[in-house]
This record gives sequence, structure tokens and C-alpha cells, in this order.
Amino acid sequence: MTARVGIVVFPGSNCELDCERSFERLGASTEFVWHDDNTLPDVDIVVLPGGFAHGDYLRTGALARFSPIMHSVAEHAAAGKLLIGICNGFQVLCEAGLLPGALRKNEGLKFLCKWTELRVEVPGTPFTARAERGQLLRIPINHFEGNWYADPDTVARMRANHQIVLRYVKNPNGSLDGVAGISNERGNVLGLMPHPERACESLLGSEDGAVIIGSMLDHVMHMQPSPAGV
Amino acid sequence: MTNFKATVHVSLRSGIADPQGLTIERALPALGYTGVSGVRVGKLIEFGLDASDATEAESKVGEMCERLLANTVIESYTLSIVDESEDLAGRES
Repeated sequence: MTARVGIVVFPGSNCELDCERSFERLGASTEFVWHDDNTLPDVDIVVLPGGFAHGDYLRTGALARFSPIMHSVAEHAAAGKLLIGICNGFQVLCEAGLLPGALRKNEGLKFLCKWTELRVEVPGTPFTARAERGQLLRIPINHFEGNWYADPDTVARMRANHQIVLRYVKNPNGSLDGVAGISNERGNVLGLMPHPERACESLLGSEDGAVIIGSMLDHVMHMQPSPAGV
Repeated sequence: MTNFKATVHVSLRSGIADPQGLTIERALPALGYTGVSGVRVGKLIEFGLDASDATEAESKVGEMCERLLANTVIESYTLSIVDESEDLAGRES
């Protein structure tokens, strides 16, 4: 049995092949889903990959949230299934209201493409089950708008509810509270600016991204009902 | 139906740092312009809109701002509605 992963492709997405390769290397089966489709295929995990969906016109993620597939993506999340937005995918999830807050331009107005160290603040989530609390993950970032913000009440609520899952060890972009990745209240939706799919092979400089992707696949396998009679 | 001209200004909410505004604010004194403060950079969005009256036009544009044109988590907006025909008549008289 393998986890089935749907990777949504918007016009302007550019990390879908990296996602395909990394999820498949870790044992999942993947398929691409065009943003203009109305329904998702039968999948356990949905990935919104990085890139520049709809050219980032108006704001990052602002137009992607109106793509026809997003209704089905929201239903997938509402059913408690796993949904991850990476980089531009994170921006789309915030615009769609599936995650709190918004991503602003980086402090310093520089496009950042570099390795970062992340600290796992909340282990035991479907995205961090393979990590220990405080474990450091070396995963690269590649963005201009990664400076996360939410109002103080929202941040306080998120802290109390353990939704601030990943923080930068050294804040590269001014993100509030050093946030690199957050989950929704229910814990089945994660958005993060760093690219775990680019850090799943030692040849690429790090395998730490496999901690996140592997945790998701473990979660799906644990949720699978046992075949009848077994 | 009247064709109105809608103008929407979107900018980062007050209290949210605007790095572009700050950079411009630091650049202006270098050109000799002193006394500049509070520079904010935003977006200007203009379009024509058919509506039965100005009230309807304003409420439609407000809805567009809330749903798409601005992200109210970090941005605020102001809008204005002008009846193009009245404007033209005004200029001709």
C-alpha cells in the first residue's frame, strides 16, 4: 500500500517536479492535478508546490485561491486529510484562508535563495512525527515574500494551540516570531516557506526535508484501515 | 445603468512596516529633499464599472476590495467612485 499524493499545478508553478521526485523516492505515488480541474483525484495528501502561481499578479497567491481546484482542496482539508503548501503554496493557503496570516515582502527587500536551519517546535504532528522537539533541519529557502505576519491575538492563539511548528534558527526575512512554518488549528494543514522537497537527497546537500515528507507518509500509512480479515 | 470610474488605493496597514516606503524615505534626503516623513508605497487600481447608482457601485467595489483587491490581514484600502458622465459634463460647462 502506498500513500497517494496529488500535486496541484497552477500556471506558473515550478517546483512540482521536485515534489514528485521527493515524494516518490520516499515511497508515495504521485499525480499532477491541473488547477483548472474541478475535483481532486482520490488522494491522501495534497501538495501546493512552489513557484509563481498566476504570475504572482496582484499579490502572491491572490489569484490562485480562485482556481477551480481550490474548492476541492478546501474540502480535502475539511475532511481532515493532509495538505501542505510549500513556499508559493504557503502563500496560496494563507490567501485562501486555510492558514492564518499573510506573507509580506522580505525585510530588506531581497530575494533570498539560501540554506536555512529550522527548529522543530512542535514534534508529533503529521508533518513532524519523525522529528524530536528542537531538532534542527537544514532546508533551503527561495523566496521574496516569506515575511509572515498575523495580528497579535491570532499569534497568541496559535502559540497556545501549538500551531507554530517550525521556526528559523536565524530569521532570514523578518518573519514574525521567526515563523518558518505553521499549521491550521486542526493540525492537518501545514504551510512553510522552506523547500523540504529540495532537501531529500544527500547529493543535494541535505536529507532533512525527508523528515517532513516522510512524517506525512507515515501518518497516511497509520491512518489506513487494515485490509479486511487481517 | 451608469458607467462609474472606480479608483482603489491599497497600501500596507498602518503599523505594518513598509520596507519600500522606508527605502524611499532614506533616498529622498540624498537628493536634497529634507523633511520627508511617513512614506508609504501602495497600489493604485482603476477600472470602469456599470451600476445603477453610486451607492451600488461603492458597495460592489468595497466587496471586491475585501475579497480580492486587498488582503486585509496586512493591507488597508480606500476607494472612490466617480460618475464619468457627470465628470465630463462638469468639465464642459
